[in-house]
Amino acid sequence: MNIWMVLKISLRALLRNKLRTLLTMLGIIIGVSTVITMLAVGQGAQASVQASIASLGTNTLMVFPGSSNTGGVRSGAFGASNLTVDDAKQIQRQCSAVSEVSAMTQTNAQVVYQDQNWSTQVTGADVGYPAIRNWPVVQGGFFRDDDVRSAAKVCVLGQVVVDNLFGNEDPIDQTVRVKGIPMRVVGVLGVKGDSAFGQSQDDIIVVPYSTSMKRLQRQSNLRYIMAQARSADQVNRARRQIMDLLSQRHKIGDDAEADFTIRTQAEFAETANQSTRIFTLLLGGIASVSLLVGGIGIMNIMLVSVTERVREIGIRMALGAKRRDILRQFLTESVVLSLLGGALGVALGYGFAHVAAWISQWPPVVSIESVLLSFGFSLTVGVFFGFYPALKASRLDPIQALRVE
Amino acid sequence: MSDLVIEATELKRTYVTGDVAVHALKHATLHVQRGDFVAIMGPSGSGKSTTMNILGCLDRPTGGSYKLDGVEVSGMDSDQLAEIRNLKIGFVFQGFNLLPRTTALENVELPLLYREEPIPFAERQARSKAALESVGLGKRFDHVPTQLSGGEQQRVAIARALVTEPAILLADEPTGNLDSRTSVEVMRILQKLNETRNLTIILVTHEPDIAEYARRNVLFRDGKIRSDRQVEKRLRADEVLAAMVTESEDDDE
Repeated sequence: MNIWMVLKISLRALLRNKLRTLLTMLGIIIGVSTVITMLAVGQGAQASVQASIASLGTNTLMVFPGSSNTGGVRSGAFGASNLTVDDAKQIQRQCSAVSEVSAMTQTNAQVVYQDQNWSTQVTGADVGYPAIRNWPVVQGGFFRDDDVRSAAKVCVLGQVVVDNLFGNEDPIDQTVRVKGIPMRVVGVLGVKGDSAFGQSQDDIIVVPYSTSMKRLQRQSNLRYIMAQARSADQVNRARRQIMDLLSQRHKIGDDAEADFTIRTQAEFAETANQSTRIFTLLLGGIASVSLLVGGIGIMNIMLVSVTERVREIGIRMALGAKRRDILRQFLTESVVLSLLGGALGVALGYGFAHVAAWISQWPPVVSIESVLLSFGFSLTVGVFFGFYPALKASRLDPIQALRVE
Repeated sequence: MSDLVIEATELKRTYVTGDVAVHALKHATLHVQRGDFVAIMGPSGSGKSTTMNILGCLDRPTGGSYKLDGVEVSGMDSDQLAEIRNLKIGFVFQGFNLLPRTTALENVELPLLYREEPIPFAERQARSKAALESVGLGKRFDHVPTQLSGGEQQRVAIARALVTEPAILLADEPTGNLDSRTSVEVMRILQKLNETRNLTIILVTHEPDIAEYARRNVLFRDGKIRSDRQVEKRLRADEVLAAMVTESEDDDE
């Protein structure tokens, strides 16, 4: 008997009892849709974290100062203040793999506009900052080289600051007071959204680093340096060049520990990925258990089905069905059940994933791998849990089977 | 030359359960000519069911030989027996044994699906329809068993047995679940098949009047054949039915 006949006989048998067929499939439907949804949620979380990290800018490298050691008292990481504006300038000049560099400072300040005030982060940066962070100015413009050179009292506002100080007013060319110093608003940055750590990146004022150092902080050292490699495959070269340059400038010997740290965007991404990967694995694991339960459900129903259909099996055998015909019929039934359940589960899981994405505001990610995985799993479940009942059916004695009422 | 379709010689069947051996069939020799109509009778435990199971290739004898349509089947394995059943034997059971929730046509088609050589769809349909028409169910193709009366269900079962054009038709108490009038109708179909198609029929029954429709009666007792005789005054189902009609008309008056 060929496979089409087996399929035909199995489908007829399944269609004869539609409710039981549906209920049997339900286990697999729930299992597969859970796997799809859970993996989608996990991967959505991962994609969302990756998007936040990408919002740092593309091909970005960050140079942080190391710890200081003053008379035996060591500060923590980033505690030293040994990165200078010259360091940043030399990186720009000498490192061929680097396209943009920005010296960075950071402080918090109360910003006042007329009767409104708002506490926010004041970032000092160079003119390359919007390019490095891939962050366009949507209104007005960014400050220029002249402004940096003269430590001009100009600033660019993030969207959150604009909303809080100006409401619907046009902020361009208005004057705000930062730590009491009046500054002219020259531009507004576009909306960037939350960072990987959940803070709004738009709660920011950007001023020339020189302005920040001279007028706001009165110090000569940088908080960090941001640099952008010319392309993704130049990131490692850029890192080496910066390493060599700064080691030389800071007179770090070959075996001494550097007094600065270079971090690339890829490293941030890696750390974040590790945690979301564990999250995805956990969710996938829980979902697999429900698929397993669905499989046991199939075995249960198939066993009941065999017992219930002993007489049918007897009739088929009397009419000439061989043992392998019966085995194939019941095996095909369970495989069809699990595959059909798998297909419905994928469709349902796809829907759930979109609902979950809508609720969590993460992108819906239903990967082809998770679909193939659940299909493969449900096929395995169908064969594995269908085999024993099918074998039991095929071993029935036709005489005994026909006698059963 | 004789045309023996069943040549069962010195059949033995012993069931062993634990230490106890039960001799269900001690030694039975039964030869049946093609076109014969044999009624097998006997009390329960006489070995008639065991004989039927062996003749129907559902069971194997522990001793003796059984040639069906010229082929020795007593040494065959279960797959070979399944193929023989499919090719050479048509079964009609007391409980009809139709597949539930399956149309008459699909029930009749079933044995053709188990053919080793696949039969094309159109041919299966044509043969199944012809078989149903030959038992007078030309208008009941799409009915499922629950929509059919007992007599109609048994006729579907007969059509299913005929569709493979078997060498023998084995009917195990085919009228056991039917009222007397429907029983006679079933016997009329069997008599007609026996006469017009020269189909060999083996019938098991415990009703002596049903046995009178056959050509030959074989009586089993204690695992042996006690008597084997030709029926002298055969009942004609046509005539019995005609008489029944007259009777009921008389009742009406």
